[in-house]
Amino acid sequence: MQRRMQPKVFDSWLAVDRKGLYCRPGGFHIDPHGPAEKAIVTHAHADHARPGLGAALATEETLAIMKARLGEGAPRSPQILAYGEVLKIGDVNVWLAPAGHVLGSAQVVIEWEGVRAVVSGDYKRQADPTCAPFELVPCDLFVTEATFALPVFRHGDPADEIGKLLRSVEQFPERTHAVGAYGLGKTQRVIKLLREAGYDRPIWLHGALQETCATYERFGIDLGDLRPATGEKRETMRGEIVLAPPSAITDRWSRRLPDPVTAFASGWMRVRARARQRGVELPIVLSDHADWDELVQTIDETGADEIWVTHGQEDALLHHIHMRGKRGRALRLIGFEEEDQ
Amino acid sequence: MRGFATLLDRLAYTPARNDKLRLMADYFAATPDPERGWALAVLTGSLSLRLPFRRIMTEMIEGRIDPVLFKLSRDYVGDTAETLALLWPGPEADAQTEPPPLETIVEELSQANAGEAADLVSAWLDRLDAVERWALLKLITGALRVGVSARLAKTALAEWSGQKLDDIEEVWHGLAPPYPQLFGWLAGEAPKPNVEEMPIFRPLMLSHAIEDDELDAIAADAFQAEWKWDGIRVQLSTMAGEHRLFSRTGDDISGAFPDVFEGLPENCVLDGELLVMREGEVQPFNDLQQRLNRKTVTANMLKTYPAHIRLYDILYDDGEDVRALSLEERRTRLEAWYARHGPARADLSETLEFDDIAELKQLWENARETGIEGLMLKRRASPYLSGRPKGHWYKWKRAPLTLDAVVMYAQRGSGKRSSYYSDYTFGAWRPSDDGGEELVPVGKSYFGFTDAELQELDRWVRNHTVDRFGPVRQVEPKLVFEVAFDSVHPSTRHKSGVAMRFPRVHRIRWDKPADEADRLETLVKMIEG
Ligand SMILES: [Zn+2]
Ligand SMILES: [Zn+2]
Repeated sequence: MQRRMQPKVFDSWLAVDRKGLYCRPGGFHIDPHGPAEKAIVTHAHADHARPGLGAALATEETLAIMKARLGEGAPRSPQILAYGEVLKIGDVNVWLAPAGHVLGSAQVVIEWEGVRAVVSGDYKRQADPTCAPFELVPCDLFVTEATFALPVFRHGDPADEIGKLLRSVEQFPERTHAVGAYGLGKTQRVIKLLREAGYDRPIWLHGALQETCATYERFGIDLGDLRPATGEKRETMRGEIVLAPPSAITDRWSRRLPDPVTAFASGWMRVRARARQRGVELPIVLSDHADWDELVQTIDETGADEIWVTHGQEDALLHHIHMRGKRGRALRLIGFEEEDQ
Repeated sequence: MRGFATLLDRLAYTPARNDKLRLMADYFAATPDPERGWALAVLTGSLSLRLPFRRIMTEMIEGRIDPVLFKLSRDYVGDTAETLALLWPGPEADAQTEPPPLETIVEELSQANAGEAADLVSAWLDRLDAVERWALLKLITGALRVGVSARLAKTALAEWSGQKLDDIEEVWHGLAPPYPQLFGWLAGEAPKPNVEEMPIFRPLMLSHAIEDDELDAIAADAFQAEWKWDGIRVQLSTMAGEHRLFSRTGDDISGAFPDVFEGLPENCVLDGELLVMREGEVQPFNDLQQRLNRKTVTANMLKTYPAHIRLYDILYDDGEDVRALSLEERRTRLEAWYARHGPARADLSETLEFDDIAELKQLWENARETGIEGLMLKRRASPYLSGRPKGHWYKWKRAPLTLDAVVMYAQRGSGKRSSYYSDYTFGAWRPSDDGGEELVPVGKSYFGFTDAELQELDRWVRNHTVDRFGPVRQVEPKLVFEVAFDSVHPSTRHKSGVAMRFPRVHRIRWDKPADEADRLETLVKMIEG
């Protein structure tokens, strides 16, 4: 590999256009934020996997989840690319490496004329029983996410956080614990962590969460006894754990539950003002994104001299990158919402 | 430290009183001495470390944390102590050192001088996790903000131990952290601590509110009647050579009111109303407020707002505990005591002569003197009991003032009510600059709704929102509340120039058009004195 390339060299073949990040010699976008002819999709979260794609390359899991979630809007010609399998597209070599973010999530590795770029999508280094672990790929250019790129974000041990939930269930057996969790990834991780902690009671699901759980199970991730919460008698829900999308937790949906303890599993719960803003009574600090330490560690370990920072808190991470004597720049990709809600 | 930090963390996020009680009771049950004693001291605000928090923080941050990263983080988090707790590097996973227990932290901090504190705290932070670091730093700031009053913490002690809250209150003021005798007694391992002769607060006897129709059912001759004065209920104590003035909750407010002790004899404990009096006239509550919440008082304040105690009852008469005597006997004692000592800054609350309830009602109707807040009916045969025992003392309050006000803003409540718009700001009409009419906010209340009303209001708010600011919705000025309040006072802090005392929503006037709601001038006319 040639090292110490000038920034211009990257710009000549990897750049941001109206639809997002575009690889010119390969003729494809990565996670375009609108309809595009050819795309590689890192993972199935809504802000990375948009409806209306033509040819789309992604892992089998990502394509399956996209199909379930997008229906008509799913890619017209999906093509499965397994982790590690190298594909030649025009003059570039492309392969996917696990990102450890959610089921099927991948980093996109692109090689062109001996230079290697890695587009991480979203990633985390923390262990997660519901997806393949992050794989480090050394590179010249690393495109990193920055969702939790402030040093106050240091996600603790997931088992401790789940322990907090279980202790509360023990302490308030007459109340329902209503846990807000993002539908893809967080929900299944919370369930799996509960199972690993020995919780074998039924776990109740808001209607919006059922489909993705079923997809996970099809890919061999056993989530135990899951039941629909909607339509269930109020009294049945006492002492139980219910998972629902974050928006449902503090809204009218939760009123059907007996005296609910409002919990929320998210990396944002690390900061009190964020938890209070949402009226959360039991914050569970659990994130599917890299925390500050992981971002810093990963940037160093890739060996990349040039770092592009996408959606999130760019300022702090760019400051850090510059202090480390590397080139850094913010890729202000439009269309990315604050994730991990 | 782990258990204590977890408790504070949970309390900070738990809005409901009963849930807070359970969290504390479980903690007291599971935690050994002396940690639970120090925790109790922290929760009841009985521990004051008086450390220069800002200086300590600055010293800890300097040279350790990149200032750019700290600033970005602080801006995001919004709280310096929390920011530091979050970005401090955690203990290594394989760290061999146990985190320091709460008692070590409290002991060493109370002995540390300002110069050593930063190093001491830094060394601890290295051994604590994020929640523990937050708890430690909050402890040092002295402002926990976890929504627990001393009373609530003691209620949790009562729930855990099965002892009466009154008995805990009785001994409380004679004990000091970490309260080994208290926990010994509550755990059933030691006798109740003896505080008989000590110069401490004795829990007050409180009354129940009574409605008009209940009043008619009362046997008039069994009761003594007197006015309830609109001041601050206090206890004066001169036991064991110390002069103390306590608020109703036992806070020592002696520093702000040194004048009330003038000419007071030793070895007495008295119950009365703290008032500001000029030339024998009780002054409005607002005057008294000028002297509250101060550690010390200037000579000018003493002259402008002279304090006075109107005596209701006697608890210790020349060193003798008379609480077990009947009210009738205590009243005789109080009158004799007053005749004997004649203290300069006190007088007796007069008892009212009446033959039947009708006559009493007449007296009450005619009473328009400033400073009368209600009428007290006390059973002549009752001993002086602590707390709010049933069937002994009644308070008959003046019918509240009311105002028809227009709802302006709605805000989500907390806890159980967090999914409803349950906090309301309402306003009254006044002339606007352009010659029309405008609403000006006059108060805010979250009391007085049934669940059904809340649901209906919630729907109304969602359908009538015109703007949003975070959790607050501005609504169309179309809905009228009948707001009840105890009194209204001039206020420079409010845009309307007035402030209500204890506003609560009496009725939702779905039927009333908003333009028929009251005007600000109506409210201004209700200001007393
Ligand atoms: Zn994602
Ligand atoms: Zn993302």
